[in-house]
Amino acid sequence: MLQYIVKRLVYILLALFLIITATFFLMRLAPGSPFASERDFPPQIEEQLNAKYGLDNPWYIQYKDYLIDSVTFDFGESMKYKGRSTNDIIAESFPISLTLGMQAMLIAIGFGILLGVISALYHNKAPDYVSTIIAVLGISVPSFILAGLLQYYLAYEFKIFPVSGWKGYVYSILPSLAIAFTHMGFISKLTRSSMLEQNNSEYVKMARAKGLSKWKVVFKHSLRNALLPVVTYLGPLAAGVITGSFIIEQIFAIPGLGRHFVTSITNRDYTVIMGTTVFYSIILLFAVFIVDILYSIIDPRIKLKGAKKS
Amino acid sequence: MKKNNFLVLMMLLLLSVVLVACNFGGEEETTDDSGTTTDTDTTTDDSSGGDKELNLVVASEPPSLHPQLATDTTSSTIMSSTHEGLMTLKNGEPVPGVAESYKMSDDQLTYTFTLRDAKWSNGEPVTAEDFAYAWEFALNPANASEYATILYAIKGAEAYNLGTTTSFDEVGVKVIDSKTLEVTLESPTPYFLELTAFKTLYPIHKATAEANPKWYTEADTYVGNGAFVLSQWQHAGSLTLEKNPEYWDADNVKLTKVNIEMVESETTQMTKFESGEIDFLGTNYGKISLDAIERLQSEESLNIVDYSGIYWYKFNTTDDVMKNANIRKALTLAIDRAGLIKNVTKGEEEPALGMVPNGVEGFGDDAGFFKDADYEGAKAALDAGLKELGLSDPSELNLKLSFNTSDAHAVIAQYIQEGWNKNLGINVTLENAEWQVYLDKLSSLDYQIGRLGWIADYNDAYSFLEMYNSADNGNNDTGWSNEEYTNLLKQSTTETDPAARLDLLKKAEEIIIAEFPVAPIYYYTNLYVVKDYVTGMEPDNLGNINLKDVDVTK
Repeated sequence: MLQYIVKRLVYILLALFLIITATFFLMRLAPGSPFASERDFPPQIEEQLNAKYGLDNPWYIQYKDYLIDSVTFDFGESMKYKGRSTNDIIAESFPISLTLGMQAMLIAIGFGILLGVISALYHNKAPDYVSTIIAVLGISVPSFILAGLLQYYLAYEFKIFPVSGWKGYVYSILPSLAIAFTHMGFISKLTRSSMLEQNNSEYVKMARAKGLSKWKVVFKHSLRNALLPVVTYLGPLAAGVITGSFIIEQIFAIPGLGRHFVTSITNRDYTVIMGTTVFYSIILLFAVFIVDILYSIIDPRIKLKGAKKS
Repeated sequence: MKKNNFLVLMMLLLLSVVLVACNFGGEEETTDDSGTTTDTDTTTDDSSGGDKELNLVVASEPPSLHPQLATDTTSSTIMSSTHEGLMTLKNGEPVPGVAESYKMSDDQLTYTFTLRDAKWSNGEPVTAEDFAYAWEFALNPANASEYATILYAIKGAEAYNLGTTTSFDEVGVKVIDSKTLEVTLESPTPYFLELTAFKTLYPIHKATAEANPKWYTEADTYVGNGAFVLSQWQHAGSLTLEKNPEYWDADNVKLTKVNIEMVESETTQMTKFESGEIDFLGTNYGKISLDAIERLQSEESLNIVDYSGIYWYKFNTTDDVMKNANIRKALTLAIDRAGLIKNVTKGEEEPALGMVPNGVEGFGDDAGFFKDADYEGAKAALDAGLKELGLSDPSELNLKLSFNTSDAHAVIAQYIQEGWNKNLGINVTLENAEWQVYLDKLSSLDYQIGRLGWIADYNDAYSFLEMYNSADNGNNDTGWSNEEYTNLLKQSTTETDPAARLDLLKKAEEIIIAEFPVAPIYYYTNLYVVKDYVTGMEPDNLGNINLKDVDVTK
């Protein structure tokens, strides 16, 4: 197990290095300059700006600087937001995205699994159809449409929630729902199909024959096996959701991290691009890593490569 | 039983993670909450004096609230409340701000400002030294202020900014005593007083800025001298301005608090206005989206005022085809501006038939230099142009029209593309690029026809004409230059008689419009909606709103 973890950590470092390298070169190949502005300024000033951010160095020096920055996790000042360090930007916006993402995940997992289990238990009966319809709607309605609808009806028409902003718990409800709905649909479909598979297996039939009730079988026996595909999905989902969604944050005016991914690229704000990319990569790689380890805990039959004793 | 325990454990783990996460965000919320509780306290305290709050939105996080480093409108919108220059603009006219009075020498080259007893938000007096410090900061090449060029009207400023002189003593800014500032100009600049109301010429508190170079990045350390203080700044989320008790004219400031939220989506901005969460919507506090204009107009709630800005298509005069003036003329004449405004932009903009908007003094009465949608003239010019290029048929012309990625620009480009194709038979392809890329393309003359807008920094014709004074001017972007034009503009900067100066500028406009390095499309208007209980909130010609004059009567 330990050997496996060490091996995976080395892979993660390797992947990070490749990501940083690819980002650096893609960023530099993309046309456009961070300092291009509608109102022109003298070339002398542009030289000063380039010198200030180290953009006047040859590419290999800049590349080296970025590698060092990434290792020390200090990306320097944003080129767009004067005087603000990339670390501050991430440190301020990530907790907001994290809160929102966790709330959305809780809704998505809770209701997703519930719907999936109901579907499977009442296979081809009314509850199955209802929850399948909800799930399919969830998967097919894009989150920005749902966000717009929620905002229009619940905030504008009925004035139950504020339209946008981030000043307290009540502000997080609509965006969480909008993020959660799609994932909920997906999780429910996953749970449903693997539950159906389990329901036909010998051990479930055995348990039923022993006289256990439907729900008891679900919670004691089949759900745990059925959740494996869901757990696979959770890794990337967690990484994606807790780092924020650009569209949802834009619609609900939430000062989260998701917006910086996109706006830093359009602004050619090199330091923020690098900071957010490295940060996101770390979270994604570790989320996948944790999921892999969770596998072996949930299903002891899965033996991790390189694990001799567990 | 074991399995059950495991599930419970898992759930607990997940829940605890979530709770930790919520608490994380909750910290932010509690600070916010405490903020609101103190607010409600003050509400009850002030209820006798009347608590007046105004709620607004801006489109984005202000990239810099440092007067000398800011380049964008969001930042200057916020700073127009937190700072005040020597003069300040009232309905577009400069009136004394921090300066109590000023004296201008007869040759219009030296201004002597006498400062009033104004105070910074930390209680310290605003001195002439603070102004000199701020201007030095802007001009010092080490600080790389992108807007320093606006100070070039001051003697020696350009040389200092470009590093040819290294001593600030050679720049025409002299602190006589703590309340007297003497400014010497390079040449008579009739709009200099207006400039002193501009953000780059705002003062900054010297002691604060020296002690903490990042004073402008957080609300706690922010020091201003305007009618309002920046009391809270949740980055990328919201800003709160509170009435500055130290402000010299605090008695005439009616609002006690201004809440500004940063909302990027125009649809959300509109929804917030309609649900009553904000009290005003329109440049520069948000923007009315294109699809809402018609509805608002039918409800008669839309207000339309002049705006000193122009939307134009620039021609790359170094391009093989576009260097032909007749082709440029044909393209310019064959645009149906009235149709475009009526069917596409719908903001009651004015068709631009010249280079200087009507809102600029002395330029309101001209009938334009050419006729809108003059297809006859366009065809004649096109024939002449094709002959010169050695082409026989307009369909042999393939032009590329570039714009930065945006729905609003795309629909305008499509309308004009169709017009050129239908009326002139020219093939036009559209090309869009991201803003940062697009700006690069324009300045490196890597385009044929490109759209741009220009909003005046100061309400003077020179602001619209100056950029074409040489092909090297960084804002020219067309490669066009004309000796006579350059001379006329140069003369205008030394002309001390306002009427004669106006004549020179008008002559210059005539020259440039005859050669068509740009096709003017329309002069901007400012659209806004405002709640009935808000008074005094109307943008001036430059789009500025002075929150000092705004009142709320609920």
